[in-house]
Amino acid sequence: MDLFLQLTLAGLAIGSVYACVALAVVMIYQATDHFNFAQGEMAMFSTFVAWALYQTTGSIWLSFLIAVALSFIAGIIIERVIVKPVENAPIFNQIIVFIGLLMIFNNLAGWFWEHTTKTLPSLFPEHGIDSTLISTHNLGVILFTLLILGITFCFFKFTKVGLAMRAAAANPDSARLVGVSVGWMLALGWGLASAIGAIGGVLVAPIVFLEPNMMSGVLLYGFAGALLGGVNSPGGAVAGGLMVGVLENWARQYVPGGSELGLTFALVLIVGVLMFKPAGLFGRVIIKRV
Amino acid sequence: MKLLEVKGLKAFYRQTQALFGVDFELEEGSITTILGANGAGKTTTLRSISRMVRTEGEIKFDGQDITGLSTEKVAALGIAHVPEGRGTFVRQSVEENLQLGAYTRKSKNEVAKDIERVYTYFPRLMERRQQQAGTLSGGEQQMLAIGRALMLRPRLMLLDEPSFGLAPLIVQEIYEIMARIRDQEKASMLLVEQNANIALNLADQAYLLETGNVVMSGESEILRNDENVRKVYLGY
Amino acid sequence: MNRPNPITKKLVASFVLLVVVGIALMFVASEYTAYQVTTALAYGIAILGLNILTGYNGQFSIGHSAFFAAGAYVTAILITFAGWHPYATLPVAAAVTFCMGFLFGFPALRLEGLYLALATFALAVATPQILKVDALEHWTGGVQGLFFDKPDPIFAGLSVDHSLYLVTWIVFAVLMAGAWMLLHSRSGRAIMAIRDNPIAASTMGINLALYKTTTFGVSAMLAGIGGAFFALANSFVSPDTFNFFIAVYLLVGSVVGGIISIPGALLGGLFYVFGQEYAEEFSNLSEVIPPPWVTFGILLILMMYFAPFGIWGAIGRGWARLKR
Repeated sequence: MDLFLQLTLAGLAIGSVYACVALAVVMIYQATDHFNFAQGEMAMFSTFVAWALYQTTGSIWLSFLIAVALSFIAGIIIERVIVKPVENAPIFNQIIVFIGLLMIFNNLAGWFWEHTTKTLPSLFPEHGIDSTLISTHNLGVILFTLLILGITFCFFKFTKVGLAMRAAAANPDSARLVGVSVGWMLALGWGLASAIGAIGGVLVAPIVFLEPNMMSGVLLYGFAGALLGGVNSPGGAVAGGLMVGVLENWARQYVPGGSELGLTFALVLIVGVLMFKPAGLFGRVIIKRV
Repeated sequence: MKLLEVKGLKAFYRQTQALFGVDFELEEGSITTILGANGAGKTTTLRSISRMVRTEGEIKFDGQDITGLSTEKVAALGIAHVPEGRGTFVRQSVEENLQLGAYTRKSKNEVAKDIERVYTYFPRLMERRQQQAGTLSGGEQQMLAIGRALMLRPRLMLLDEPSFGLAPLIVQEIYEIMARIRDQEKASMLLVEQNANIALNLADQAYLLETGNVVMSGESEILRNDENVRKVYLGY
Repeated sequence: MNRPNPITKKLVASFVLLVVVGIALMFVASEYTAYQVTTALAYGIAILGLNILTGYNGQFSIGHSAFFAAGAYVTAILITFAGWHPYATLPVAAAVTFCMGFLFGFPALRLEGLYLALATFALAVATPQILKVDALEHWTGGVQGLFFDKPDPIFAGLSVDHSLYLVTWIVFAVLMAGAWMLLHSRSGRAIMAIRDNPIAASTMGINLALYKTTTFGVSAMLAGIGGAFFALANSFVSPDTFNFFIAVYLLVGSVVGGIISIPGALLGGLFYVFGQEYAEEFSNLSEVIPPPWVTFGILLILMMYFAPFGIWGAIGRGWARLKR
C-alpha cells in the first residue's frame, strides 16, 4: 500500500509538470488551432536560461523568476516576428515553422551549453518534510503547480484581458469589432504559454537532468495529457496531465516491461484517444474526421 | 452635422469587386438605412466602415479619415458594429459578452451601470445573465448583440440585418426597442436591412443599393411612396 | 479519354542523362565521397516517400524516422542472424515497412492534418525506446545495436563503397521512375485529388481509405528501403541513430528539395549530407556562426515565408518565367 501511495504521489508530481506543458499546448491550440511542436524545446531553453542565471546569481528563485519573465517576453516576440507571417498560411507551412523553431532552440542550447547534462537545484528546500511517501521536491512541485494553475485560471476568469483573450480565441472577428486587438492577444497567449512551459521545465529539471533533449519526452506526455483531458479544455488538460503522470508511474511498476516503455505508453495513449475519444474526457468534439 | 461621409467607396474581396463607388452620408443623431436585395453590397458597406475588407475611396467619421485604421481602432472611435450572424461569443456568459462590448472603456463603475441599463432595455437578458450565450435563442442573441454594441457607448451603431432569421413578433419587439434606444440614447444608427418595410418605418434617411451601386436615396418617406420601391422591395 | 502521353522524349533523355552522370561520377569519387553519396541517396529514398505522402497526398508525417529505422533493423537482423545476402534483405525490408505503414495508415485515416502530425511525432519520439526494449534485445542488440559487414563488391575491381554507391544509385533511379509513373497514372491523379479536395474526390468514386492507407504504406516502404541502404552504408544500426531528429531532418530535406516534386528528393538527400557538411565547416570558421541545424532551422522558416516549394519549386517557377 505504501508503495502504491508513493507511486501515486510521485506520479502526481511529474504529472504536474505534464499539466503545465499540456496547459501551454492547449492555450496556443485554443487561440490558433495549432499544436506548438516547439513548446518542449522552448521550455528546455528557458530552463537552461534559468541554469545560466543561477550560475551567476546563485539564487535559484531569482533565476527562476527572471527566466520565466524572459520566456514570457520571448514568447510574445516569437509570435509577432516568426509565427505571424504564416498566420493564414496552410497548415503545412505552420507545422514546418514550428519544426524550424524546435531545431533552432534544440541546437542553440547544445551550442551555448553543450550536450553534457547539468543539474539544476530544486526550488524547494532539501529537508522540508520528513516523509517516506513523498520527497520535498515532489510535494513542492505539486503545490506550486496548483498555485500557478489557480492563478492562471483566475486570470482568464476574472480579468478583462483574460476575458479578451478568450474572446479573441473563440471569435476573432467579433472580438475585433468590440475593439480587442486579436493579434496582440495571440502574442500574449504565446507569452503566457512559454512562461508556463518555463515553469514546467524548471520544476522537472531536478528530476530528469538538464540537457537539450530533456523536454521531448515531457512534451509527448504533455500532448498525451492535453488530448486525454480534451484539447479545447484548459481544465481538462491539467487533469489529463496529472492522470498521465500517475498512470505512467503505475505502468512503470505494475506492467511487465513498463519501466522501459514510458514513451510507447504515451504513443498508445495519443493514438488511442485520437481514435476512440477524440474529444478527450472533458472536452467537446472538435476533431474533424476525413 | 455630418457624422459619417462616404465618397466613391469601392470594396474588394480578393479580386472580386463588391462595391462600385458608393456615396452616402449620415447626420449625427439620425437613423439611416441601406436597403437592397441579397448580394447588393449592404453588408460589405458596413464591413468597409469597420475596415474588414479592402477598399478604395473615402470614409470620414466625424471629419476624420478612417480608412487607414484597423478594425479595433475603428471600434475605439465609438463605432459599434452588430455584425451579420450576431457575432455572439458563444462560450462566454451573457454578462461577459456585455463586458466585452465595453472593452475599450476604462471606468469599471460606468461599465457596471451600463450593463444594468442594457438590462432595462432587454429584461430577458437579465434573466439569463449567467447563462452561456450560445444557449440563447436567435432573438435573444440579437438582443445581446445590440446590447453589446450599446456597451461601447457608441457614437454610431452599424446594424447588419437585425431582423435576419427571426419570427415577425420578435422582429417587431427588437425594432421597438431600437426606437427607444434612439430616443433615449440619441444614438446614430446605420441600419442595413432586407426587410425594407420595417427599416423604412424606423429610419429618417434611406439609400437603395443594387449590385454595388446606390440607385436611389432620400427621406424614408419618399422611398416608401416610390412606386418601384413599393413593388420590388415592399411587395404591395 | 485521350491524354497526351506524359512520357516525352525530352523527359526520358534527361532521366537517362541523370543516371549516366550518376554512374560516371562514381569513377571520380573517392571512397569517402562514395559513402557520403550513398548515405545521401538513402535519405533521398526516404524523402521520396515523404514527398509522395505529404506533398502529393497531403498526409503529414513527422515520424518517418520510425519506418527508416524499421527498414534498417530488418536488414541488419537478417544479415546478422540469418546470414542473408545484404541485397536479398531489401525486398523484406520493403515488405515489412509497407505493412507497417499500411497499418499505421488506418489510424491516420481518421486523423486530420494536425492530429496526424501529432501521432507521427509520438511515433518518432517513441521509436528509439521501442528498439531498446529488453524483450527484443536478443534481436536488436539493445542499446549497443548491431554490427555487420558491408556487402561485397558486385564485381571485381570495385571498392566496397563504390559498389554500394552503384547499387543504391540504380535503385534510387528505379524508384524515382516508379514514383513518377505512379503519380502520372490514374492512381496518382486520385492521390492528388484526395489532397486537394477529399470530399470531392470521394464523390467521384475514389476510395479514400484504400488510397490513403496504401499511400501511407508506399511512403513507409520507401522510408524503409532508404533505412536499409543507410544501414548497409554504415554497416551498423543502433537505437539512438534513429531518434526523433532523423524524422525532422528528413522533413527538412524534403522541404528544401521541394516537397511536391520527385527530383526534389535527390536534392533533399544531397542537401542533408553535403549541406550539413558545408554548414559544419562554415560554422567552424568563427565562434559566432551557429551550428548547421540552427542555420537550417532558420532556413526552413525563411523558406516557408518565401519559397514553400523548395529548390525544385523555385527552379520550376524560374523556368516558367523564362519560357514566357
